[in-house]
Amino acid sequence: MLGCGFTADTEPEDRLTPVPGVALKKTALNAIHRAAGARMVEFGGWEMPVEYSGIVQEHLAVRTAAGLFDVSHMGEIEVKGPQAVTLLQYVTSNDVTRLRVSQAQYSALMHPSGGVVDDCLVHQLGNDHYFLCVNAANTDRDFDWIVQYRRGRAEATEVRNVSEQYSQIALQGPRAAAILSRVTDVNLAELKYYWFRQARCCGVEGLLARTGYTGEDGFEFYFPPAESARVWEQLLEAGRPEGLIPCGLGARNTLRLEAAYPLYGHELDEETTLLEAGLGWICKLEKGDFLGRNVLIEQQQRGVRKRLVGFEMLDRAIARDGYPVWVDGEAVGRVTSGSYAPFLKKNIGLAYVPPGAAAPGREVQIEIRGRRAAARQVALPFYKRART
Amino acid sequence: MHPEEFLYTKDHEWIRVDGDIGTIGITYHAQKELGDIVFVELPKPGDHVAAKEAFGTVESVKAVSEVYSPVTGEVVAVNSKLQTAPELLNSDPHGEAWLIRVRLTDRKEVENLMSADEYEAYLKGSTSGAEGAGSKGQA
Repeated sequence: MLGCGFTADTEPEDRLTPVPGVALKKTALNAIHRAAGARMVEFGGWEMPVEYSGIVQEHLAVRTAAGLFDVSHMGEIEVKGPQAVTLLQYVTSNDVTRLRVSQAQYSALMHPSGGVVDDCLVHQLGNDHYFLCVNAANTDRDFDWIVQYRRGRAEATEVRNVSEQYSQIALQGPRAAAILSRVTDVNLAELKYYWFRQARCCGVEGLLARTGYTGEDGFEFYFPPAESARVWEQLLEAGRPEGLIPCGLGARNTLRLEAAYPLYGHELDEETTLLEAGLGWICKLEKGDFLGRNVLIEQQQRGVRKRLVGFEMLDRAIARDGYPVWVDGEAVGRVTSGSYAPFLKKNIGLAYVPPGAAAPGREVQIEIRGRRAAARQVALPFYKRART
Repeated sequence: MHPEEFLYTKDHEWIRVDGDIGTIGITYHAQKELGDIVFVELPKPGDHVAAKEAFGTVESVKAVSEVYSPVTGEVVAVNSKLQTAPELLNSDPHGEAWLIRVRLTDRKEVENLMSADEYEAYLKGSTSGAEGAGSKGQA
């Protein structure tokens, strides 16, 4: 048996090959994860739980009840002061002026090439005051990137990497609101999707957002790391009668894949534009100049080089990241994420193919260990929850 | 965890020999390292397998792993249940979830395999249990 490690959804540089002498970062909940018997792996420079009771069980809990995730590895960057809007309008693709205080938006930190430095959530804390949640492995680079574009544009704007001041726990699933209502005074019915507020949960003050990365209703709570054990344990306790279980990054990945949410380093990178990734809805080309905008405008007029598509395997096989995609006898694309989908009970994946080959219903072949297996393109997302 | 009457490889396969027929599977330790197993690819009866060579693939949600044969021989039976119920490999790796039965070419080949005690000692001694030397199986 080879390759028993957690390899399929990590970037080459993220794999279980820690650089000698560089210690992995640990979240405040590391000892609790270990004591609970979670399997720990390296991810984005952090030692993180990949699974507790098993990816399938955790995945199904989130789809049918609720799951609790330690996502404290995620980075947080604050942007504050005059010209904060100018700066964010220039470095991100979405339009921050569409935000109101206490509202969040999905966006991307842009590269002049039209590619993506990172994808992120932008929260508006107040006037000229924003809070970005970014990917763990990219945090330092994102911070330097934003600071670099302050020059001559927003020099009075303060940019701070505040990642060490926050733990982040995600409570996700159809029972999430019912569970959370037991440990907070916030009227959750008034907290809409992609809005947030200062809130006390489990006796701890923090930022409570109705956001997530699973395709379910849910919340993400940002709070001081010293309170991590209290929040984690009280939430698990409050949720036990509802079927809440702790979940790892393995289920987080299969959940986001069913929902067709992109993962940086897989569907997104500096060589891929948002239009190619199917994220035209966060490209606000009319808002004024921003990094990579001219490339996006050109692609909008002349067309993209590749297109992200979803597929289901027809043959009995699982596609994995990096496998070649064949169309009409030619290897023309590559799988960016592929897995067994525990809720859909199908083998699914995302891949880039030439624009001319992208069409739901059309068959492609995935090259798996030297053999080509049939797959059919399907419309995205693979899974969409019924909204109530 | 690892039954006495089986012999074991460093790649975490087991074999139970009965006359000139060997039944082959993956160990309790291997399935635990892999996590939820969702896919199994096996040879057909009549195919030949060679000692230390890959004969099949086991995939969990997260990982792809090749399975290596402890012995050389001809495949005489394949556990077809695993096609529809790969999760048996998690629940009963040393019993219901055997992978293939092989007619051994050379019974002496099993002399180099580990006993259950030796395998347990090997697991304790190796820091990264089921991680092999190669990377062929890694997606």
